[in-house]
Amino acid sequence: MIGPVHLSWSSLFNADPQDMDWQIWINIRLPRILLAVIIGIALSVSGTVMQGLFRNPLADPGLLGISSGAGLAVAIALVIPLGLPAFLSLWVPVIAAFMGSFLVTFLIFQLSNLTKGNLSSLLLIGIAINALGGSAVGILSWISNDQQLRQLSLWGMGSLGQTQWSLIIITLCLIIPTVILIQCHAKQLNLLQLGEEDAHYLGINVHKTQKQLLILSAILVGTAVSVSGIIGFLGLVIPNAMRLIFGNNHKILLPSSALSGAILLLVADTLARTMVQPAEMPVGLLTSLLGGPWFFWLILKEQWKRRL
Amino acid sequence: MSNQLSYRLEGQNIYLIKNNHPILSDVSITLSQGQLVTLIGPNGAGKSSLFKVLTGYYAPTKGACYLKGKKIQDWHKKELAKERAVMKQQSHMPFSMSAIDIIKLGRSPWAEPMNKTMIDEVIDMTQCQGLVHKDYAFLSGGEQQRIQLARVLVQLWREKGPSGWLFLDEPTSALDLYHQQQMLRLLRELVQQFPLCVCMVLHDLNLASLWSDQVYLLNKGSIVAKGDVSEVITEQVLTTWYGADLKIMQHHEHQKPYVMLSP
Repeated sequence: MIGPVHLSWSSLFNADPQDMDWQIWINIRLPRILLAVIIGIALSVSGTVMQGLFRNPLADPGLLGISSGAGLAVAIALVIPLGLPAFLSLWVPVIAAFMGSFLVTFLIFQLSNLTKGNLSSLLLIGIAINALGGSAVGILSWISNDQQLRQLSLWGMGSLGQTQWSLIIITLCLIIPTVILIQCHAKQLNLLQLGEEDAHYLGINVHKTQKQLLILSAILVGTAVSVSGIIGFLGLVIPNAMRLIFGNNHKILLPSSALSGAILLLVADTLARTMVQPAEMPVGLLTSLLGGPWFFWLILKEQWKRRL
Repeated sequence: MSNQLSYRLEGQNIYLIKNNHPILSDVSITLSQGQLVTLIGPNGAGKSSLFKVLTGYYAPTKGACYLKGKKIQDWHKKELAKERAVMKQQSHMPFSMSAIDIIKLGRSPWAEPMNKTMIDEVIDMTQCQGLVHKDYAFLSGGEQQRIQLARVLVQLWREKGPSGWLFLDEPTSALDLYHQQQMLRLLRELVQQFPLCVCMVLHDLNLASLWSDQVYLLNKGSIVAKGDVSEVITEQVLTTWYGADLKIMQHHEHQKPYVMLSP
């Protein structure tokens, strides 16, 4: 398998604890592959749900401000000294990101009750939260010292370098059931495409379904951001590509997005690990670099099609 | 009495207040199966709001709607969806979807697997054969209305035909003359053959005159005239409530009033 250290498949299956290669397999390479797969699933599925929920192909997990809420919490945790014991300080960004994303989701939730669940005002709330979060992170990076600044910007670029097994197991336990629950909502998501009123007339409890899906995708985004920082564009590009290939039936769209999200992030992470070895490139930079132009092409193609 | 109730949807003394503005006041309306009922009225009279109350989308501030003797709000949402369907003026789809998939969404309240002959039958009667495999977003407004009609008919279909209450908000607004006639003839036929009630908002009073059994005229949130066509579509009623300068003629073949605006 590819990486700075060349490993053979046989060293994995020999399972010799004395073998250095086996140690790298078990403690570095395997957890990382697993993490790339699971985060890829989480980001692309949450993107699919957000697009369906907002009935907007440009809706993105970052749109509601959940990612920037998590980013702000991490920035606070990194810059403001908390005086925690060393073994905890490793987990601080993770816990902070998780708390931040849930706090923002809760806030959006309360505000959405005020606006009676109107999704377009929810979108505006997301924009406001993004602006606020962005400027607060800016202030924090301005007052931070050099080391903190570097940590902060690295986290913002996204990376899959967290490879403790305990962390991966927690991530799996959160993401897999959430993805399955979302799949159970595929039919409701299809009906919501007709609009809130028509979905209501077809027997859907619209606001309840919207709330459930909002919470489920917030769990995905919160978990993903807390483990891997902000990995951009996956949630935007994958669902749109799958819509072009398989159409817009969520029963097919959701699993195909999950699968291709997993593959794309695994490939991107492998590239990020190997292109500039022995150093590593943040995978979030790579996904944005690849996703941006591709998405641009997608929009142009749509425009051409409409003009014909 | 209880037997009769099961064929009726009734709004009783409905009041609706939104943002401190009275939208509907003391509206009572009965929609019986086997009838084609039309709501007419000037712009902003509250026709669409009344629709939303009768279909259970808005809860009335005062008064109540009863479907088969049971309050609309007390119905289980899925069961209600099998009894009444609604076609809005326009439905926009954010993502590309073929027309046939949209028609099939109408069947979602039903647990049973999709019956293909039924879908084909509805597509035939709404004359959507040539449209079903096209992308809904690229259809014209009138073609979209025909697809939406097929969707709501599929929603109410039981065994041989549609049954229940079908609400159509200006179903003919984007249709050409031929398709206006076809749609209204089809609705007329369905109402006569099946236990179905069609309730429409129409702006074209001549269409209302030719095809309605009952006409309700709404103005500023109240019903100001109701009855059969000859009672409501009269020169006196229309000039009073629309304020338009018009003449009523007699349709020479059908004894129906015919509205002509004065230039």
